[in-house]
Amino acid sequence: MSKAAEIDIVSVTKNYGTTTAVHAISLKIPAGSYCCFLGPSGCGKTSTLRMIAGHESISSGDVRLGNVVVTDLPPAKRGTAMMFQSYALLPHLDLIDNVAFSLKMKGVDKEERRAKALEMLTLMQMEGYATRRPAQLSGGQQQRVALARALITDPEALLLDEPLSALDPFLKIRMRAELKKLQQNLGITFVHVTHSQEEAMALADLIVVMNDGRIEQAAPPRIVFESPATAFVARFMGDHNVISGKVSGHDNGLLKLDVADGGSFAATGELRQPGEGADIAIRTDHVRIGEASQPDLGFTGLVSNIEYRGSTVKLTAAGAGTEDFTAIVRDRDFFATPIKVGDAVPFAWDAGDAIVLGRLDS
Amino acid sequence: MTVAVDQSPAASIRLKAGRRGRRLDSNIVSYLEALPLTLILGAFLLLPILMIAVVSFWDYDFASMYPDFLTMNYVETLGSWVTWKTYLNTLKFALLVWMITLIAGFWVAYFLAFHIRSSAMQMVLFLVCTVPFLTSNIIRMISWIPVLGRNGLVNSTLIEMGLIPAPIEWLLYSDFAVVLAMVHLYTLFMVTPIFNTLMRIDRSLVEAARDAGASGWQVLTNVILPLAKPGMAIGTIFVVTLVMADFSTVQVMSGGQSASVALMMKNQMSLLQYPAAAANAVVLLALVLLMVAGILRVVDIRKEL
Repeated sequence: MSKAAEIDIVSVTKNYGTTTAVHAISLKIPAGSYCCFLGPSGCGKTSTLRMIAGHESISSGDVRLGNVVVTDLPPAKRGTAMMFQSYALLPHLDLIDNVAFSLKMKGVDKEERRAKALEMLTLMQMEGYATRRPAQLSGGQQQRVALARALITDPEALLLDEPLSALDPFLKIRMRAELKKLQQNLGITFVHVTHSQEEAMALADLIVVMNDGRIEQAAPPRIVFESPATAFVARFMGDHNVISGKVSGHDNGLLKLDVADGGSFAATGELRQPGEGADIAIRTDHVRIGEASQPDLGFTGLVSNIEYRGSTVKLTAAGAGTEDFTAIVRDRDFFATPIKVGDAVPFAWDAGDAIVLGRLDS
Repeated sequence: MTVAVDQSPAASIRLKAGRRGRRLDSNIVSYLEALPLTLILGAFLLLPILMIAVVSFWDYDFASMYPDFLTMNYVETLGSWVTWKTYLNTLKFALLVWMITLIAGFWVAYFLAFHIRSSAMQMVLFLVCTVPFLTSNIIRMISWIPVLGRNGLVNSTLIEMGLIPAPIEWLLYSDFAVVLAMVHLYTLFMVTPIFNTLMRIDRSLVEAARDAGASGWQVLTNVILPLAKPGMAIGTIFVVTLVMADFSTVQVMSGGQSASVALMMKNQMSLLQYPAAAANAVVLLALVLLMVAGILRVVDIRKEL
């Protein structure tokens, strides 16, 4: 059953009346990969998924699955299967009939479809509950049944709409691992919509960060984490301090940035014209407490909050044109020279940990 | 420590007594809250039914009733072929009206729930459905007469168009007229519960069915109809009980040519045969309760209440 398909999205736009939910996005999802659409609510990630599934009409552009342009095909003819956020199990049918539903629609006879459904339930370790109704199951069990129902159609791509959002934190992590294992065993393309960075990082081969109907960055998790493409991605992934300012020049291949309250910073990356606005990002866990090796790779800030997190301590400081500059330092380093709220503390980082961010419209 | 010292036995007993007093109070409050409905249901539902049941065993002549315990009224009621014919006729009306209102009601409710996108428009159209209810049943019934009559709107239009040579006789004062008026009167009782049920169907179920390859018809028969059953059952209970108890529609629209159980009771009462009417009423009540029980056995409506 491993006939994964590449999904090719070509300048797809979705308009609802006069508002545009998705702005001409283009994306290639390689066959057999686990792709996560990540973004805040209302960013267009679910609309995009529903357009791939065929539950939402495409205003303009095309979607190709494998070698077939599926833009105008009904959902069941696309070779995709969708798993809904609420699982959408039919409450009046038992698990076998729920899983066998698509076979019944195709007119497969009763014995055959029930046997196949039981086989799928066994694959999901749910065969013991076969005659129960969905309402008698826990969230995690319902999800397994929904997966069995989606996979019985033998899809080339499985589309999951926030599949883990209804589960409690423990179950979330367990089902996450199950999803990943399932994807690796089946070898088909998974497209998973989520608003959790952690979930996307844990699962994805390809993270697509969306904001305001546009793709901010589409890259493997490590790239998204280590070199976010835009200020939005850096902020959304949450492990970078973003500093905005104006380019004042460059020096030794480093971009120089002036911020509004008078500081000046250097960062590695693409060089820009002086006077242009630019954003730089600094990894929170690479910030040290101490004097900087050169003046534009650090600043002195007033500590406004200290959070103890066990192995690390999270410091929030004001300065460098931002109110909440975050530094995550190891507990050992922190307790060697304890700091109180209100202290003025020097922060420093290496040139390689400050990177220049791109802007979408430039 | 001082707090612990204060907790002397006496103090804790006082505390308990105070708590118990308050709980009693709240018990009284809940009984008070239940009292008005209990009184109304007791005085105006249970007591009359009890009286009817008692009176149905009494003796009577042309002038008065005599307290007794006779099964004569039941023997006479159930032993007469007129009763059986009347019950069959009433059941025929109930079946016809039920089938027509079920189809029409589901149709209207489906349209409102699935084809009207904005909830404001849904509410407006639903209110439009209830507009006829702003006038009385009798007026709505009587207004059919100028439409269906021998020289009424339908007949005169058809004759003027040259479609028929002479007026159609069975339009008014016929079983057709009775069923038509009942459908008109009772369809909304079917629309409302079905609409209510349809509105609660999770739209993602329909999408999931589509995703599984269901055609529009298959979505209807495999998802929507099974899930609409509780609403249909409630509507069925409304319509069946209303039709089984109807006498005015039957009397007016059939012009006295058709009979119903309630009409038979009304006639018995106008002849002062109260015990006979009471026995009839008990039989009808039992029959309707059996029908309702049958419906509830087939369909689980608990989720709708």
